[in-house]
Amino acid sequence: MRMRTRKLAALLAIAALALGACGDDGGDGNGSGEFESGTTMAELADAGSIRIGTKFDQPGFGLVNLEGVPEGFDVEIGKIIAGELGISEDGIQWVETPSAVREEVLERDEVDLVIATYTINDERKQRIDFAGPYYIAGQHIMVRADDDSITGPESLQAGDKTVCSVQGSTPSENIRPYLANEDEQLVLFDVYSRCVEAMDAGDVDAVTTDNVILLGFIAENPDGYKLVDSGTFTDEPYGIGVQKGDDPFRDFINDVLEEIVADGRYNAAWDATAGQFDPNPPTPPTVDRY
Amino acid sequence: MDVIIENREAFLSGLLLTFQLCALAVVGSLVLGTVLAVMRISPVPPLRWLATSYVNVFRNVPLTVVFFLVVFALPTIGVRADFLRIPGLDLAFTRLGIDLPYFRMAIFALLLYTGAFVCEALRSGVNAVPAGQAEAARAIGLTFGQNLRHVVLPQAWKAAVVPLGSVIIAMIKNSALAGFFGLTGDLSATFQQLISARGQPAIPVFLAVAAGYLVMTVPLGLLLDRVEKRQAVTR
Repeated sequence: MRMRTRKLAALLAIAALALGACGDDGGDGNGSGEFESGTTMAELADAGSIRIGTKFDQPGFGLVNLEGVPEGFDVEIGKIIAGELGISEDGIQWVETPSAVREEVLERDEVDLVIATYTINDERKQRIDFAGPYYIAGQHIMVRADDDSITGPESLQAGDKTVCSVQGSTPSENIRPYLANEDEQLVLFDVYSRCVEAMDAGDVDAVTTDNVILLGFIAENPDGYKLVDSGTFTDEPYGIGVQKGDDPFRDFINDVLEEIVADGRYNAAWDATAGQFDPNPPTPPTVDRY
Repeated sequence: MDVIIENREAFLSGLLLTFQLCALAVVGSLVLGTVLAVMRISPVPPLRWLATSYVNVFRNVPLTVVFFLVVFALPTIGVRADFLRIPGLDLAFTRLGIDLPYFRMAIFALLLYTGAFVCEALRSGVNAVPAGQAEAARAIGLTFGQNLRHVVLPQAWKAAVVPLGSVIIAMIKNSALAGFFGLTGDLSATFQQLISARGQPAIPVFLAVAAGYLVMTVPLGLLLDRVEKRQAVTR
């Protein structure tokens, strides 16, 4: 049964591409009534399917369950956007997009959207465009529950504490200015769980990344780890990646984001997912229509 | 091209660290491999069994597994490759002496793995020495050690140069794994940092990093060709 839906989705995706090509050639495509013809929205709505890139290993935001279906806040946002396009949940094809490939999959047209704890920044904006932000995360530091010697990023300036993050991540770049000596203090692994293992083993003193990710680890082991007192020390606005230059689609997503904040669907999605780790509901940020 | 020029410091420091890692791991694996090879051809059966088992294990286990063992498993029993904090040597190779163990662990993992291959390359060289050479040496009363040092190993080395070169070149490329096991700032980690965190275009960075490995492997290959030619003449 699942196989059949998947095949159907693939067929629909091909049909969408074909329709897209027609639209380019003929000028006036046969768009659906709701959206202006030729736009991404019309193509997706006509196809009845959408490809969304998300994380598959991020508790609270995008984590695959035992059935292989991702769950989390990013996933809920994706479902809402698909719903606004008239696409049912069965029409969504979830594509795993680890941090390193998020720009690539958009550039190569392997996904229509990337919703994957994706921090908006200027370098990335040169290759893709962002709708949103829909959430402001912040970088935080997690230490062993019995360790009071680290109180914030400034505790790293003395040079005697080591900190772990993930290769190629924004947090790994943000923490560098706080370090007295990168060679001696910074450890980078491919995933955060390795950092936590290294902290358990005593090889590193702290793990730093966005608060929501750390809260996921603390939720798994509340007696083992804690966040330091200083609070978050950066703003990481999470945006929704779309292909470069697709402004109508970006505007559409921004409209949807504003709408769901107003009608309460945003908070409901949060409470059902990441809200389980973070008792404080987030303040929805204003979207940036750059 | 701009990408490479803008980030030249990152590339150069990555190249330097990868070079240091490889230099130390090559020396370590040559030492370990020679010891293993001597054990495998020694007249003492337990030593032969030990070295044979070692080679069979480490030559047949994927390097990633060896890295996992060294970086994540051994620390749980308190082994952190601390024997590599060699006094004096850490002046030239500053990463050897610091508290973070991942540089030492990377060397340890690489030399454990590569040592098995070096052993076999050397043994293939030893096998290429005609049996009459060792027999003649024994006949004139040389001990096993003297036999090895003066007769067998100098000839074995010539036959082993080519396979040894391949082993070392493979190890240089294998060293890219270290960047995924906690080592910060080597060539492969630099690649990740530039394309992912700093959003640089992937292809030029990829080519520059690939060139960084070629800078080490191609001259080494040429050097080995020359060594091989010179020794062919003296044979």
